[in-house]
Amino acid sequence: MPDAGGRLTKGIWNMWVFILGIILFAMVLFVAVSLGSVPISLSDTWNILIRHLFGKGDMTGIQSGTETIIAMVRMPRVLLAAMTGGALSLAGAVMQSLLKNPLADGSTLGVSSGGALGAVLSIVLGIRLSFSPELGLALSSVAFSFLSLVLILTLAYRIDRSLSTNTIILTGVIFSMLAGSITSLLVVLSGDSLKQVVFWSMGSFSGKGWNHVILMAPVFLAGSLGIIAFSKELNAFSLGEKQARYIGVDTKAVKIALLVMTSVLIGVSVSVSGNIGFVGLVIPHITRMVTGPDHRKLLPVSLITGGMFMVLTDLMSRTLLSPEEFPVGIVTSFTGAVIFIVIFYKYNRLNKRF
Amino acid sequence: MLDVQNLSVRINNKSIVDGVTFHVYENDFFMLTGPNGAGKSTLIKAIMRVYGYKGRVMLSGRDILSIRPKNLASLVGVLAQEHQPLFPHTVYEVVSLGRYAHMRGLFGTLGREDRAKIEEALAITGMDHMADQSVLTLSGGELQRVYLAQLFAQDPSLLILDEPANHLDIKYQITMFDIIKKWSKTPGKAVMAVVHDLNTAFCYGTRALLMHGGKVYAQGEVPRVLTRENLKAVYSVDVARWMADLMKRWT
Repeated sequence: MPDAGGRLTKGIWNMWVFILGIILFAMVLFVAVSLGSVPISLSDTWNILIRHLFGKGDMTGIQSGTETIIAMVRMPRVLLAAMTGGALSLAGAVMQSLLKNPLADGSTLGVSSGGALGAVLSIVLGIRLSFSPELGLALSSVAFSFLSLVLILTLAYRIDRSLSTNTIILTGVIFSMLAGSITSLLVVLSGDSLKQVVFWSMGSFSGKGWNHVILMAPVFLAGSLGIIAFSKELNAFSLGEKQARYIGVDTKAVKIALLVMTSVLIGVSVSVSGNIGFVGLVIPHITRMVTGPDHRKLLPVSLITGGMFMVLTDLMSRTLLSPEEFPVGIVTSFTGAVIFIVIFYKYNRLNKRF
Repeated sequence: MLDVQNLSVRINNKSIVDGVTFHVYENDFFMLTGPNGAGKSTLIKAIMRVYGYKGRVMLSGRDILSIRPKNLASLVGVLAQEHQPLFPHTVYEVVSLGRYAHMRGLFGTLGREDRAKIEEALAITGMDHMADQSVLTLSGGELQRVYLAQLFAQDPSLLILDEPANHLDIKYQITMFDIIKKWSKTPGKAVMAVVHDLNTAFCYGTRALLMHGGKVYAQGEVPRVLTRENLKAVYSVDVARWMADLMKRWT
């Protein structure tokens, strides 16, 4: 058996992978800010960023229009994409372990659909807070995510007091269908706002600004840290809920706390960017191949890989058909589905148990 | 150590366990036997609070309902019938989760004592040479030993085994019961096991409880419980005679 020293060097190696990941992530963020339908040189981007972050930076020869594009359009958009990708990946990783199901995701549980229904309801009925429309949409989406969670849990609890995973997934699927059908009906009936609803429901970061970042950042930070604090409980859950209980995890309390935090993350993400599928399903699987299934590594790395994936796909969505752009949800679903098939095929060949 | 008084479990208005009373003392290897559907596994799940029950379960003088999950895990450990791992955790990771109830701090860093317990558990079960292997690559017997190691790392006072040798070949069965028997003799420990194989119950058990239709049919010292008459009545087959006939083939 390898000695403690062997494990220690492995730990240091893991640290380096993590640090390299962060550096790579920062580079991706930087390049994504610099690229777009209006070409801006890397050095100009660098100067503008330094100017805005630290108050220094050489602004000579940079047009104010360029500065606006970087500071007011691309920076918030890239940050939002990074946060949404991280949040959705984290939520997916939590669901997969909690339900011990590789196909679990916010959408499987019905939380995304519930949140989507809330957001569409707010768009179609025009229920907005006058001082901050984004906040109104987000609140409606989060409220519906919560509401669907409460509904799913109560129903599951009525059917099966121990809240077994099968019951939860089944209830989630049925609830998704219910919420989805109401959403579709609203979309059909919406008339004028049809285009907005359709574009939103395919998922997009188009036209999002600092107000969205300010809305999402605190929720994202609190939710992510809260979830990462449950790493060892999630490790226990990935052995099965009963096993987790046997080794001393207060399964019911932990489960409820985690489901609430993930539903808040999903609700806010859905309200900001619409329905972006596959990220929460695929990213944790890919990340697990690098980090292994230990959540103390998986969760923080998922934040980075998820954020990176979303920033890159958003970059594709706004540059591929430039100056036109298309909803990022199309790119994530396409790349996600292809990657998922590959993973699924490989897992099945490597071990029949998956 | 474990004191079960008049325990009854009803599931969907059907009585599965009906008024069962028994005690497990220190250093007992307590065998829970009986035919399929007698309520053995349900009884164990009720004790572990997976099902609700009527009656009282006392553990070292405390009502089990008043013990918090983390404290309960340092008192009782359960080895389930089977395990279906989904994610490629290493053997070491799975065994180290046994220390959950003893861990402090948010991220569960393992202390010197934790690591010593884990290495010891791996050594006892003979899994030390596979510590860094993924659990997805293990055979059923190896997997069962990993979870036994997890239990030893958890280090509870009472070990509950639910048909632990179900999927094991005869060599692993013998190894495993030898390991558990030895453990049960250390001070402050006891084992309670659901077993189907009456020979195992005879070989390793100190006392036994024979269940039938959710009720206690007989309990006490193993030779007094697993009598020819009792087994005949409960299994509606002359078990003792069948086994005696069977033995002749091996000599």
